[in-house]
Amino acid sequence: MFTPITFASILPEILILALGLLILIFEPFWKEDQRRNAGWLTAGGLLVTMIVSLLFGRPGEPTATLGGMIRFDWLGFFLKMLFMFAGAATALLLMDHEKAGKRGEAYLLLLASLLGMNLMAVSSDLVMLYLAIETASIPLYILSGFLLNDERSTEAGFKYLLFGTVASTVMLYGFSLVYGFSGTTDLVEIAAMFTSSNLSPLLGFGVLVLILVGLGFKVSAVPFHFWAPDVYQGAPTPVAGYLSTASKAAGFAVVLRLFFIAFPDFSEVWMPILALLAAISMTVGNLLALPQTNIKRLLAFSSISHAGYALIGVVAFSELGATSVVFYLAAYIATNLLAFGIVMAFSRITGLEEITDYAGLSRRNPLLALMMLAAFLSLAGMPPFGGFVAKVFVFAAGVEANFVWLVIVGILNSIIGVYYYLNVLKYVYLYRMPGEDEEQHPVPLTRPYTIALVMLVVGVVLIGTVFAPWFGWSSDGVFVLFN
Amino acid sequence: MEFINDHLLSLILFLPTIAALIMLFLPSGETKLLRWFAFATSLIPFVLTLVLWNNFDPNATGFQFEEKYVWYEAINSSFHLGVDGISLSMVLLTTFLTPLAILASFSVTDRVKPYMMLFLFLETGMLGVFMALDLLIFFVFWEIGLVPMYFLINQWGSANRDYASLKFMIYTMGGSLGLLLAVQMLGVLFGTYDLLALYERWNSLTADSVLLGMSVGTVKTIAFWAFAIAFAVKVPLWPFHTWLPDAHTEAPTAGSMILAGVLLKLGAYGFIRLVLPLYPLEAKIFAGVLAVLAVGAIVFGAFGSFGQTDFKRLVAYSSVNHMGFVVLGIAAAGLAAGTADAHIAMSGAVLQMFNHGLSAAGMFFLVGVIYERTHTRNLNDFGGLFPLVPIYGGILIFTSMASLGLPGLNGFVSEFMVVRGAYPVLTIYTVIAMLGLLFTGAYILKGIKSVLHGPMNEHWAHGEHKLTEINTRELFVIVPLMALMLILGIWPAWLLEVINKAVVALF
Amino acid sequence: MNFPILSVITFLPFIAGVIILMMPAARKNETRAVALATATIDLLLSGWVYLQYLLGDMTGYQFLEQYNWLPQLGITLFFGVDGMSAPLVLLTGIVMFTGVLISWGDDDPHVMSGIQDRPREFFAFLFLLAGGVFGVFVSLDLFMLFFFYEIAVFPMYLLIAIWGWVKTREYAAMKLTLYLFIGSVVALVGALAMYWVQYQNTGVLSFNMLDMETAGFSTAFQNLWFLPVFLGFAVLGGIWPFHNWSPDGHVAAPTAVSMFHAGVLMKLGAFAALRVGVMLLPEGAKTWAPLIMGFAGVAVVYGAYIAFVQTDLKYMIGFSSVSHMGLVVLGVSTLNETGLVGAGVQMFSHGVMTALFFAVTGMIYDRAHTRMIPELGGMAKIMPFAAIGFIIGGLVSMGMPGFSGFVAEFPIFMGVWREQWLVAVISSISIVITAAYIMMNIRKVFFSPLPENLEGHVGDVTVLDKVAIVTLCLFMIAIGLFPSVMVPMVSTGVENIMRLLGGA
Repeated sequence: MFTPITFASILPEILILALGLLILIFEPFWKEDQRRNAGWLTAGGLLVTMIVSLLFGRPGEPTATLGGMIRFDWLGFFLKMLFMFAGAATALLLMDHEKAGKRGEAYLLLLASLLGMNLMAVSSDLVMLYLAIETASIPLYILSGFLLNDERSTEAGFKYLLFGTVASTVMLYGFSLVYGFSGTTDLVEIAAMFTSSNLSPLLGFGVLVLILVGLGFKVSAVPFHFWAPDVYQGAPTPVAGYLSTASKAAGFAVVLRLFFIAFPDFSEVWMPILALLAAISMTVGNLLALPQTNIKRLLAFSSISHAGYALIGVVAFSELGATSVVFYLAAYIATNLLAFGIVMAFSRITGLEEITDYAGLSRRNPLLALMMLAAFLSLAGMPPFGGFVAKVFVFAAGVEANFVWLVIVGILNSIIGVYYYLNVLKYVYLYRMPGEDEEQHPVPLTRPYTIALVMLVVGVVLIGTVFAPWFGWSSDGVFVLFN
Repeated sequence: MEFINDHLLSLILFLPTIAALIMLFLPSGETKLLRWFAFATSLIPFVLTLVLWNNFDPNATGFQFEEKYVWYEAINSSFHLGVDGISLSMVLLTTFLTPLAILASFSVTDRVKPYMMLFLFLETGMLGVFMALDLLIFFVFWEIGLVPMYFLINQWGSANRDYASLKFMIYTMGGSLGLLLAVQMLGVLFGTYDLLALYERWNSLTADSVLLGMSVGTVKTIAFWAFAIAFAVKVPLWPFHTWLPDAHTEAPTAGSMILAGVLLKLGAYGFIRLVLPLYPLEAKIFAGVLAVLAVGAIVFGAFGSFGQTDFKRLVAYSSVNHMGFVVLGIAAAGLAAGTADAHIAMSGAVLQMFNHGLSAAGMFFLVGVIYERTHTRNLNDFGGLFPLVPIYGGILIFTSMASLGLPGLNGFVSEFMVVRGAYPVLTIYTVIAMLGLLFTGAYILKGIKSVLHGPMNEHWAHGEHKLTEINTRELFVIVPLMALMLILGIWPAWLLEVINKAVVALF
Repeated sequence: MNFPILSVITFLPFIAGVIILMMPAARKNETRAVALATATIDLLLSGWVYLQYLLGDMTGYQFLEQYNWLPQLGITLFFGVDGMSAPLVLLTGIVMFTGVLISWGDDDPHVMSGIQDRPREFFAFLFLLAGGVFGVFVSLDLFMLFFFYEIAVFPMYLLIAIWGWVKTREYAAMKLTLYLFIGSVVALVGALAMYWVQYQNTGVLSFNMLDMETAGFSTAFQNLWFLPVFLGFAVLGGIWPFHNWSPDGHVAAPTAVSMFHAGVLMKLGAFAALRVGVMLLPEGAKTWAPLIMGFAGVAVVYGAYIAFVQTDLKYMIGFSSVSHMGLVVLGVSTLNETGLVGAGVQMFSHGVMTALFFAVTGMIYDRAHTRMIPELGGMAKIMPFAAIGFIIGGLVSMGMPGFSGFVAEFPIFMGVWREQWLVAVISSISIVITAAYIMMNIRKVFFSPLPENLEGHVGDVTVLDKVAIVTLCLFMIAIGLFPSVMVPMVSTGVENIMRLLGGA
């Protein structure tokens, strides 16, 4: 049962576990002011993990390992790489967080959640899937409420916990119904049993809705989005960034696998539902983002709308659609982490999070302003940044699948998006600080931030210009969903 | 030499422009240098025109010295130049008057360089119209001439120049709008702008062919009026003439000379070169209308002139009056096309154009001479100046007489010919026009009387306002004009022969 | 063809932009020098391309370069120019060069012309814009065309919002960006639809526009999608009734950006509408041509009339641009050879002319601190050079023969005659209106007496400004006098379009 390929399939997870252990071992020996080094260790360790996995853990033919619990394929591998990249960046961003950066547990929890996400990307069994989701979620509940002295953070943690458990319970109920109707927990086998010939569409609809509650929560799609703004605002900023990117992406990984592999027969049922969810998510997210004055809340609503855009690719239910979703996730992870990283870097110095506080940033730190420009334009879907190409691919998939109305909704929404993203940039570049003495108030970047942010900017630009390799990996990944 | 002979027209046409461009690099402070440079370079085209005249064969039909270059292939327009007797005389008039006008402008002291450059550009613009054998090129030069004139009036004119220059611009642009559209229509219909080809194709259309969804007759009528109005504004015909007194009055002296001497001829030339050959039928049908307008110009021009108290306005209205005869001749020629009457009337009209060019330029110059000394043009401010400036007085009377049409001077010959040609075909109009001629005498005599005779205005006799006699430079301007007036009055045949041959060939 | 000249032209501004961003902010003159050097190289290269095309055999697409970019979806980096785009590449080079020149400015504290605040960022964004514009003109791949198109749009927001006219810049910048973005995404949907239908028809996934020309779109499909695609792009061309953003944008933008905006960006819209709308959907174009012609006709006359009543110099030029771009669209809407040739030349001519207009207006504004026509006067004495430039621009604008405007407008009207004579007659009214306001304004701004409050502290333009003015004027006069330096080239491009219109 334990062949080399079994180890290869979970090589990254093993390494992450080892990394966590290392931190546990070293952390008590470090002095207070050295503890942030755990961040270097985490980020470096994840980097090593990625390299080692690339060298030794590449999947060949798609195989099922660990008794069918896990699929060892490119889709999972590529997503894992993305998650670990996001994790590394988050770790770097955490390092200089005033309250969380010097506590080893933070990194440990991050790694634990990362472990869960990696497994989410590869689970091919309902039980494994649920376990993975919970593994990923529970550490995040804690991380969100990590700042015990901060009311908002506590509130965020508690809120996230409550909503999260309810959602996952409902989803679990859905899973159990699936098992009940099909008699199996293996996704591939479910597809064979759970067909429209065995089951009335109405019942299928009910089951799918139950599952969608849980997944909708993970990807923060409307109407399961209520937690997002409060949690993003309250949680430590890097954690919020992580929540809005890796966690959301992991949710999409599950959506892809579950709907494409397990329920292809019910595509007639779930396509309209998801289309509706996508349309509502985009619209609500964007409209509610308009009046926001807090940058983290703005990013929260924007991330809701981005879930909607990505869903268009899922709705298309085609190879290109799935590819475009994965590609979208890659671009989005880099972009949104960058945005949150900048917010973090800024508020660390100034302690401010209102949009108006960004006035004069381009004079206080031109580099940071420029990176913010890249991040927000990418979010708005402008070339040469990743967001543009990603959106075009998603729209292309939508048009191909004859969901022109949905694409048009998407387009209208991206116009709204352009408005409020540019609005932020207006503060950064156009307005000045009260007193116009920006030179006296620089916003310096520490080394971890510089490394993380530059890495992310390069990523955003590379995805947006040299998009062939990314697209190639994405399409290699989703190949398994259709064959 | 070979090169000069082959490219004579282009050389005449573009030398002024080249000279203007060279002037761009001369120092703007050296007014003397600039003036003499402009004068000298404007003489070269004149000399070349004499060469042209010498080499011109009046007996050959068709156009001579033709040159054709690729210009705008996409719409089949080429840079096609050529002259016949009619255009040759106009080219001569232009190259002759320009140096004189430049000499007359030596009194300009403000921004000499741009002034002289504009003048040279203007010359190119006018010459281009006379030489063009391509409808589009014709239009190009037709419009280009506007710009320097506008700025000359606008920048170096007198008090009311803003109003006058804008009025000039808008009237002429508005007039040429129809021309532009008609030119486009012709180009679209025939796919070429070459005049020679157009003459042929336009007239070979059968009456029942349909163009642009309309019958040939309708299209031709519309195009005829589009052309006619554009040219009528320029001539100017009554009632399109109101820009002229303003523009002439406000323009600087040399500007008025060229304006009256050459620019007005462009309109009449347009009638002769384009309207009559292209629309012989319409010209016949509407000859009456044209004649009415022409007579209107003659009579109202004369009345208008008589009513003026401003010396320059008086001369300006006289232009309306005299140009009326040109159009009367053209209308008669159109109506009687092919007959001897038509040839006489047309030759008379062309000669009248030439003559009016000389006399109007002379008159405006003389007004300018006295204005520069007295800074007033009000006839009531003058009076009895003859004793003070006898030479000037003599010249003024001489020129006025030429303008009046005194036998022995040039005006008589051409007006007589027009009337002789028009009488058999447009009898009533001609008779009314003759009445108008009576008033011509009246206003000219009124002008002379108010300036030279009557009780002397003592203001000009003494002290700082003492009127000085015409100076040598000014004599150099006016004497050639007077000489030509006299020669043409006594022996017009040398010019008339060239014109007449071309007219006979054309109509 | 070994040297990838089009790629160099397109990517050089991007690279230069990055280099400029890395320079220290305090080194303003060095930044400008790098910018100028880049712009000069780009101008020379684009001039080289132009000349090579003109002196070569002038057929089809030349300087082709093709690199696989995303083979799975048939996206290639496919560059090439034809007779239609080569002049526009040159135009971009010219505007970029002169734009940099006049942005250099004069940092004398009493003058402060040009761009003195954060020139580093300014030039970087400007070059991003320029690179995008080059990219659109040379792209033969629909995806890349969109890619560069969007790149060209968003720097406008920053350039206007940051360096623009304080009073309206935020409003105008946002309005402009939203209008253009809406237009481009609407066109994008159409483009994606074309992409998929082509795939269904031919079984090949390709964004290559040369392939799409032969994709055999059904007439019904073309009729459905032509309008969104054409109008989507034409928004950037300032087509009536979607022109509203344009004058506001012009007014708010800093000088060099106005030059870019009116000079090349609006051409971008018209060009893309032509290349994607008309060339790929010829049947749709035929169906909708009368409507487009109606829009354009209204734009021509309405723009001229509104320009006539403006008192702000920049608004006047802005609306005159609407009018002149209306002529371009009018030419396109004729769908015949003459009209299209005219449209092609008009794009170039208007680009140069309006760049000149805005350059001079900027010089005046920088020194007099007002653009209100009634408050200005006597500029001809203070800045004679600028006055001559403005006058020449005015003459071009009026369509005065001997200048490029005439060469461009004349065939447009001829083309319209061929289709619908009434439109030709009505739109020609704009010529007189244009002449009237141009002349009135020249007279007021340059030749009326200098207002007292301006006396003494308004100086002449800099040497660099003069170089810019001369450069722009030269092109307008050269084309006006010798149409054969451009028209044959545009004709070959038009032949290609006519082939598509005839064969479809």
